[in-house]
Amino acid sequence: MDKDFFFDKKKNDPISRVDGRAKVTGKATYAAEHKVPNLAYGFLVGSTIAKGRIKSLDTKSAERAPGVLGVITHVNAPKIPGYQTGKDPAKPPTAGQPLRIFYDNQIFYYDQPIALVIADTYDRALFAAKLVKAQYEKEVHQTELETNLSKARIPTGPRKEDYKRGDADGYKNAAVKIEQEYYHPVEVHNPMELGSIIARWDGPDKLTVYTKTQGVESTRNSIKDAFKLSPENITVNAEHIGGAFGMGLRTWPYEIAAIMGAQKIGKPLKLALHREQMFTNVGYRPETIQKIGMGATADGKLVGIFHEATANTSAYEEFTEATVNITQFMYACPNVATRYRLVPLNFVTPIWMRGPGEATGAFALESAMDELAYALKLDPIEFRLRNHADIDPEHNRPWSSKHLKECYEMGAEKIGWKDRQLEPRSLKDGDWLVGYGMGTGSFGAMRWVATVKAKLQPDGKLLLQCSVNDMGPGTATMMTAVASEAMGLAPDKITIQMGSTKLPPGPMQGGSNVTSTVGSAVHDVCAELKMQIAALASKEGSPFRTRKVKEVKAEDLVFSDGSVALKKNESTKISFQDLFRRNNLQGLEITKESKGQEQPYSMYSFSMHFVKLRVHPATGRVKIDHVVSCADAGTIISPKTAASQMIGGAVGVIGMALMEDLVVDHRFGRPINNNLADYHVPVNADIPNIDVLFVNKKDPFTNPMGSKGLGEIALVGVAPAVANAVFNATGKRIRTLPITPDKLMET
Amino acid sequence: MINFGYTRVSTHKAAIDAVRKDSAAQWIAGGTNLVDLMKKGVTTPEKLIDINNLPLKDIRKEGNKLYIGALALNSEVAENELVRTQQPLLSQALQAGASQQIRNMATVGGNMMQRTRCPYFYNTDMPCNKREPGTGCGALKGFNRMHAIFGTSENCIAVHPSDMCIALIALDATVLVTGPKGDCRIPFQNFHRLPGDAPHKDNTLERGELITAIEIPDNPYQKHVHYLKVRDRSSYAFALVSVAAAVDLQGDKINDVRLGMGGVAHKPWRLTEAENFLKGKTATEATFRQAAELVMKNAKGYGHNNFKLKLAPNTLVEALKTATVKA
Repeated sequence: MDKDFFFDKKKNDPISRVDGRAKVTGKATYAAEHKVPNLAYGFLVGSTIAKGRIKSLDTKSAERAPGVLGVITHVNAPKIPGYQTGKDPAKPPTAGQPLRIFYDNQIFYYDQPIALVIADTYDRALFAAKLVKAQYEKEVHQTELETNLSKARIPTGPRKEDYKRGDADGYKNAAVKIEQEYYHPVEVHNPMELGSIIARWDGPDKLTVYTKTQGVESTRNSIKDAFKLSPENITVNAEHIGGAFGMGLRTWPYEIAAIMGAQKIGKPLKLALHREQMFTNVGYRPETIQKIGMGATADGKLVGIFHEATANTSAYEEFTEATVNITQFMYACPNVATRYRLVPLNFVTPIWMRGPGEATGAFALESAMDELAYALKLDPIEFRLRNHADIDPEHNRPWSSKHLKECYEMGAEKIGWKDRQLEPRSLKDGDWLVGYGMGTGSFGAMRWVATVKAKLQPDGKLLLQCSVNDMGPGTATMMTAVASEAMGLAPDKITIQMGSTKLPPGPMQGGSNVTSTVGSAVHDVCAELKMQIAALASKEGSPFRTRKVKEVKAEDLVFSDGSVALKKNESTKISFQDLFRRNNLQGLEITKESKGQEQPYSMYSFSMHFVKLRVHPATGRVKIDHVVSCADAGTIISPKTAASQMIGGAVGVIGMALMEDLVVDHRFGRPINNNLADYHVPVNADIPNIDVLFVNKKDPFTNPMGSKGLGEIALVGVAPAVANAVFNATGKRIRTLPITPDKLMET
Repeated sequence: MINFGYTRVSTHKAAIDAVRKDSAAQWIAGGTNLVDLMKKGVTTPEKLIDINNLPLKDIRKEGNKLYIGALALNSEVAENELVRTQQPLLSQALQAGASQQIRNMATVGGNMMQRTRCPYFYNTDMPCNKREPGTGCGALKGFNRMHAIFGTSENCIAVHPSDMCIALIALDATVLVTGPKGDCRIPFQNFHRLPGDAPHKDNTLERGELITAIEIPDNPYQKHVHYLKVRDRSSYAFALVSVAAAVDLQGDKINDVRLGMGGVAHKPWRLTEAENFLKGKTATEATFRQAAELVMKNAKGYGHNNFKLKLAPNTLVEALKTATVKA
């Protein structure tokens, strides 16, 4: 950037979400809404047992039902070329054998699809699906983590290494120590938009799909591997996504089933999951038991931390996440050891859920930090400051940037931390106990690879294209903001096309990488555009040329209002249109790939969350009064959508902390609250005023804009802030989420 | 497709005849529960008789009673001026139920007729004596956090889910019913029933009997009332425990009191023993606590819901405390 545009205090009108109007007026088209002629509809039939084999399937009455075009089961499913080796490893970071839908008669989990019923309308497919009858050979299923801990094993794929620096048992000899266990149940993403896909074969080896995915390129890869098609013959479209929170980070068996079904009946097929299937077939945050041992000197310097996490995976595949990693770098501590273990259970494979492992790990780590601060009789902020990691202790190298101390300061001021009392149960409001809590969050600031095509058109408008899509945070808005600043163009002169494999390849939307990855590519492609404009300005006969000025460089130019001028002589100002006309050009078009360089720095975003709440001791009710989330995420590129993302994160974690819990009846191996009435997420009345603060300081190394990711740190650290505030209010330490009234009520 | 017939009727007689003649016919009003039950395959009526056009929407004063038509919407009743001023406990209880959208559709009669939200009842692959007598009770040894602690049987430990009914039982409402045998009046406490060995029966209505209205007698419970609902989130969640408390307070003295409890039994639970104990006593937390202990005498937990043994008396004490706060 030529100047620190994003810090310009005078610019107090940050751009609004560019696709906001389309979304609220229903003009944004989601996967299942695309108008595809001659459409058939599919509905999946799920297994009613959690483990065993299908002995027999009776599909006759379903096949005879009105409007039914076909019923696909393992008996008659078309052979999927990629299924036949039986050895395909799952895509990283998982290992094992991905579920091959309708491949054989094996059942690994309750509601595993055993048939796809296809009919001419959705309702007829739904009805016929109920007519499919299965007989099973049942086997004993395992769905409970606690009673299967003896089966905990080291992952075979990523995250198989235990971590250690110094002495693993270092904490045990510390003057003050705690040893505790923390637990959270399965939590389910449950975005508003259901998992849905439309699959259309355009020829025997040519396929178009509209699907709910967080990455069209990766979906194309999965389809390519399964159906052995050449990638250029597969088009994956997913411009708008109605939330995903991670569940769109892989291709699920239902998507393969739809493609298979469309092939079998020779018609385009729409398959949308039922809400209940969203609880059983498209991943979740795995149930996790964590153990922490932590010790400090009497004056509050950490001596050692031991952190072990045991999470469930499926019975056929490994899913791992960075649950314990946060402990490895968060605090300056000489002795740190972490271990990560998996227990296979009869469920579908988990998948990253917003904040993923870091949010899980931070619940344990930041709860333990609070417990140790109390044991030391120290203010939790003071305890953290005494153990602040000035450099990354895991890799022993400097941070690219870290402003966590400013987060503590800004957040503490805003929440009124000075009113907090160290002693629990000190503050009251009538019968209610008042408490304050805090939790730290962090997440790797990643930058991947993206290619962006820029077309500066004859009318001076800019079109940007990239296959990246947007599950909600505001990717197009961010791209517009970066380009608007770079090119001196008003946001309404910029159009973004995204969410299709027909466009230049962008990254998946995951791991808080998109602004860094795609924003940089927009930045770079705009820089290239400006160089080409400078070249035009340098040409013989250009009004920019004088006897003195033989060559114009991009940095000599000022871009504003769709025009360009010499910095030193603004009277040279010429619009892009005129410039193109003068040069007899139909605009400029540039495609540029952009990626980060290896840097000798550790790159992380940081966040600090403060919670003020009330607990009613007689009934155990918790009322959150105020949340302050403060983020060190480098340059904030689009302040409005960034603040929205932070608020959304806090709301999500209020659910994690206080209510989300997929209840499984282990006798049947199935969830019993798989609907949005019984599986509780917060309602408006649960959500307090949420203040979002940004340090907004440029990171010199992450990318040209100096931004760091935001999506995950919005969540990471909020759950422990709630639990810590509950302790401050009541003196009760809740280590088992969610914190429901029954855990808090007193006599 | 699961086809079903749909007929609209506009007289009581037509409504009653339609279900008398056809054992597979069922009335529908707001449909906020019935449609869910049909989607889940729990209830499979072959014909729906839409009774929304019956003239049963009135809310009016009749002598020394408040008359509320069975088809009055939950939101209309909650916001009605007569209800808010004369029976504020009912208004509070209604506001605590479901969501605004559901209250805008649901009727008073439908609220009384709604089925339990026990997950085993809703999942047709699981055992449930209420849905399919003889299959066993899934909740008894299953997940029973939401379940009953009073009046249970080995056949069923489900709870009645309504908030409105908890206020109505406390306020001595009467249910007005018309049917093939003519009109009758059912005291609210006799309307719903305990599971016993017939948990498939939620209430004492005979087939073809139609709720036309409820009546609430005038009472002195305008000032000191409180409906306290403890739940897992602030809205759109069923009660873990709820208490409807109405106190006639003179100075510190309890002239009279009415108490109902929800989330604890197969029917709205009236706390008569506690009422009798409290009558004439001074309104103090200690007294409330003693009353609460009386209430809990016959309570029984089933594991996950053991916390209700403590939450129920606590909620009663808190409701009484709030109700008796002086203005």
